Amino acid sequence: MLRVALPLLGLPLAGAGTTEEPTLELGSPGEPPPGLALFRWQWHEVEAPYLVALWILVASLAKIVFHLSRKVTSLVPESCLLILLGLVLGGIVLAVAKKAEYQLEPGTFFLFLLPPIVLDSGYFMPSRLFFDNLGAILTYAVVGTLWNAFTTGAALWGLQQAGLVAPRVQAGLLDFLLFGSLISAVDPVAVLAVFEEVHVNETLFIIVFGESLLNDAVTVVLYKVCNSFVEMGSANVQATDYLKGVASLFVVSLGGAAVGLVFAFLLALTTRFTKRVRIIEPLLVFLLAYAAYLTAEMASLSAILAVTMCGLGCKKYVEANISHKSRTAVKYTMKTLASCAETVIFMLLGISAVDSSKWAWDSGLVLGTLFFILFFRALGVVLQTWVLNQFRLVPLDKIDQVVMSYGGLRGAVAFALVILLDRTKVPAKDYFVATTIVVVFFTVIVQGLTIKPLVKWLKVKRSEHHKPTLNQELHEHTFDHILAAVEDVVGHHGYHYWRDRWEQFDKKYLSQLLMRRSAYRIRDQIWDVYYRLNIRDAISFVDQGGHVLSSTGLTLPSMPSRNSVAETSVTNLLRESGSGACLDLQVIDTVRSGRDREDAVMHHLLCGGLYKPRRRYKSCSRHFISEDAQERQDKEVFQQNMKRRLETFKSTKHSICFAKSKPRPRKAGHKKKDGVANTEAANGKSPRALGFQDTAAVILTVESEEEEESDSSETEKEDDEGIIFVARATSEVLQEGKVSGSLEVCPSPRIIPPSPTCAEKELPWKSGQGDLAVYVSSETTKIVPVDMQTGWNQSISSLESLASPPCTQAPTMSRLPPYPLAAEEPRAPLDLPPDPRPSFAFPPSLAKAGRSRSESSADIPRQQELQPLMGHEDRTHLSPGTANSHWCIQFSRSGRL
Amino acid sequence: MGSRASTLLRDEELEEIKKETGFSHSQITRLYSRFTSLDKGENGTLRAKKWVTLTLVYVDREHGHRLATPFPKQKDYVPEDPSCTWLKPFPVYRNSLRGSAETDLTSTHEDTGLIPGLAHREDFQRIPELAINPLGDRIINAFFPEGEDQVNFRGFMRTLAHFRPIEDNEKSKDMNGPEPLNSRSNKLHFAFRLYDLDKDDKISRDELLQVLRMMVGVNISDEQLGSIADRTIQEADQDGDSAISFTEFVKVLEKVDVEQKMSIRFLH
Repeated sequence: MLRVALPLLGLPLAGAGTTEEPTLELGSPGEPPPGLALFRWQWHEVEAPYLVALWILVASLAKIVFHLSRKVTSLVPESCLLILLGLVLGGIVLAVAKKAEYQLEPGTFFLFLLPPIVLDSGYFMPSRLFFDNLGAILTYAVVGTLWNAFTTGAALWGLQQAGLVAPRVQAGLLDFLLFGSLISAVDPVAVLAVFEEVHVNETLFIIVFGESLLNDAVTVVLYKVCNSFVEMGSANVQATDYLKGVASLFVVSLGGAAVGLVFAFLLALTTRFTKRVRIIEPLLVFLLAYAAYLTAEMASLSAILAVTMCGLGCKKYVEANISHKSRTAVKYTMKTLASCAETVIFMLLGISAVDSSKWAWDSGLVLGTLFFILFFRALGVVLQTWVLNQFRLVPLDKIDQVVMSYGGLRGAVAFALVILLDRTKVPAKDYFVATTIVVVFFTVIVQGLTIKPLVKWLKVKRSEHHKPTLNQELHEHTFDHILAAVEDVVGHHGYHYWRDRWEQFDKKYLSQLLMRRSAYRIRDQIWDVYYRLNIRDAISFVDQGGHVLSSTGLTLPSMPSRNSVAETSVTNLLRESGSGACLDLQVIDTVRSGRDREDAVMHHLLCGGLYKPRRRYKSCSRHFISEDAQERQDKEVFQQNMKRRLETFKSTKHSICFAKSKPRPRKAGHKKKDGVANTEAANGKSPRALGFQDTAAVILTVESEEEEESDSSETEKEDDEGIIFVARATSEVLQEGKVSGSLEVCPSPRIIPPSPTCAEKELPWKSGQGDLAVYVSSETTKIVPVDMQTGWNQSISSLESLASPPCTQAPTMSRLPPYPLAAEEPRAPLDLPPDPRPSFAFPPSLAKAGRSRSESSADIPRQQELQPLMGHEDRTHLSPGTANSHWCIQFSRSGRL
Repeated sequence: MGSRASTLLRDEELEEIKKETGFSHSQITRLYSRFTSLDKGENGTLRAKKWVTLTLVYVDREHGHRLATPFPKQKDYVPEDPSCTWLKPFPVYRNSLRGSAETDLTSTHEDTGLIPGLAHREDFQRIPELAINPLGDRIINAFFPEGEDQVNFRGFMRTLAHFRPIEDNEKSKDMNGPEPLNSRSNKLHFAFRLYDLDKDDKISRDELLQVLRMMVGVNISDEQLGSIADRTIQEADQDGDSAISFTEFVKVLEKVDVEQKMSIRFLH
């Protein structure tokens, strides 16, 4: 091998050596073109993207390193660390390359780095909170920014007039105003980076953060107006220009918002029609949002505002339209991009600061600016808050004001803007750059470092992260309605009134227009919360180990104290599951025997092993990540299966009904029981999959057959609702199912693959659920688990399955007959000693057939063996529904092997 | 008719309302004008009865009796108390304090049926926005004393007082006094009563279901609603009676900023 490999290795190496020269000499004429080069070094072709990727990689690695130590990150905000890292890297680059490279270019920043961050913040903005505080946010964003810009600019000019700024800083009032306008804006990136770690209460956060987003319009306008004034020269500025400046404020802000909303509308509308091309849904979100940004930028409107509004506006509809997976994709991609951009921004900020050629230092200017921005920020906040508190329902107290003043961080936006200045028009640019860098570094590092202790020290109300509860959601909705109604009664059209009106409008027109019909129909916030809660519970349940339920495990979603415990609980189960949600398992405590665990392990082993081949051919389409297709296919198979069975069942039922006498089934049932008892005795406690069920059966043998009858009759009544029957008839049904399963028809349940596995494919927690069900059944001798099982299966097909629960559930469970056989095969004989089988002579031939089938894994006999079973059940209860349900049980039980 | 229209909000009443509800004078008068405008009869007779007089009523403190003039002529009639600056030509209703201790009002007791000065259920139901509010009926009910179809101004104010934001100076107020109407627990109780139809201090599953049906879109099936209700109850239920008692209700919402979420800003 080696001998063969060496020459192969050597060849390319030699080739590389030789190709270097030809490529170099390519330009020289007369030289014959070189032969085919095996290896070629083409750095320049990939240089730019390669460098970008490298920088991002470095930044990401740095992040990993930072987070290795929890202590460091808990004390120092990441942004500080990144800036410091940038400084170090910049130093290295400077030392190596002798010139500053890899600066934060304004173009790159505004076109590539900023949009993801803004989109992320806009899209995930808690819209309710945002609009609740819109007044305050707008005030701070507009008035506050104007105030900051003008006061800072004017004060600096005053400082210069007072002679505290060195005369070499050549700047007039307009220059200082320009500088003030760019330095005054609170930066969304910096605020987000710092405040996300501080966890102040939501109101405070949304005010500071909302301000930093919305002030972009003001900043852009001020910057542009001042810049053009500076370029025109103060002498040429006329009164109309000032008016134009004021007007442009409205144009830029409202225009930006309008662009954003238009694109939000487009986006929502587009996602409505992506049903067949789910894969591009996430892409659409990003594309259209980015298009909004670029469009606004192109029209020199406020791009940040546009993206914010786009994200804010489209979220509700987009989330409703796109698939669950796309939602996750959007979320993660957005977060990844934003965090990536943020990281790069801070790192490049650090690197850019190293370049001393760009800046010139003036202590007076730097210190003055630092002082003024802090002072005027605080002053502005206090003044505005005082005014706002006259109108606010919940006034902002002093501590809030301190945090707000202190949280006015400046960041990369200011830096990018100052870099954009034209040196020929603004002679003091270098000084401004230096000052901006210092201000940015000061606010990000010093304030960023100290704001956490400050918040702690001031005992600012923190945000409590608590799980949403259904009650909370429901009652808050009630509150909203109440408040809207009270405002109506009072006749004062306040905030709640308009919100209510908007919601009406949205419900009537917008949602209908922008949401997929299917999404619109099931759209309801309370329902959403309920759904999410259930999913969360299920996930956490599985995370905890997915094996719970003590003998009191029937607490499930129902109230144990009710008289009709089982019934209600099961109906609940059904309802919940039928509607595509999971059970609430919080109440369940973990009691689990070793055997349970063993069984679970075995179950998973089997499931895992058996399903692989099927799984394999799933992910071949590039255009669809569709488990949907797969799922549908499976479902189809099941349904066909089930149909066939039902048909055969029907025919048998009819024939048997008339052909056989009543006593017979009873006898059979009796025998079955005996058989079970025997089985149990024989087996002892051998770790079998069916062990629990056997136990259950044994317990149940005590029950009289009359009970059975009455139970079953009850069952019949409830039959319509699908699986409810089980609740009352649990023991009996269980037993019967069990009996037939373990004995005569033993192959059939075993053969049928565990439904949880199929569920597993789709929902990771389902398998856990399945296990759970087994244990419950074993310990409580109730059938709730079966229902849960069916519930799970139903939830596969989500809400729609509600219509025909029994149909869907049974098929899902009984799918993939051949697979488990192989695994089960060796065990089956062990489990079932041969003696009981003959005694339990239903139609003996069929039993035999079933048995033989278990060995041969033939598909045909199963049909036959099913028939007697059904027939028997039918004879007992004379109700197809019940029989049907018994079916379910059998399958589900087997499923839980 | 003029004789019947004898009383308007008088100082004492105003003071009482103010004390009870915590509203300021200007708020009370603003709300009073709203109340009266709500109180438009739905039929001609009521209207005729109600709008007979456009009279101003002053309280002459020196002589201790009320004066009514069609138009305010002199400021002298207005007591020095700034609280009376609000007095404007209101339609005058003769009974704004039904059931109060005022002797001259007791005579009006028997014919409360169509008395102006009382807002009737229909008056509320005529508010267009309330009609589309899913909980509109319940909320209207909350304004009316049990079993009655009308409410006087004082009762009206008492209900509205639940939604007054809690002010800073109220937080530190003495604990021994009666609990202000806008306290957290009163706010919660107001909401609780919306659910609790049979007044047994428990929200049963059925009661919850009814509210849910009103609030949740029609496309959610009954089964789903039922499971929501079950889950909601189960979440809150602590004593296992499968109903939500008021204490449980409070407990469930303890993390919610009820003070803020159950308050509106009344114009000053």
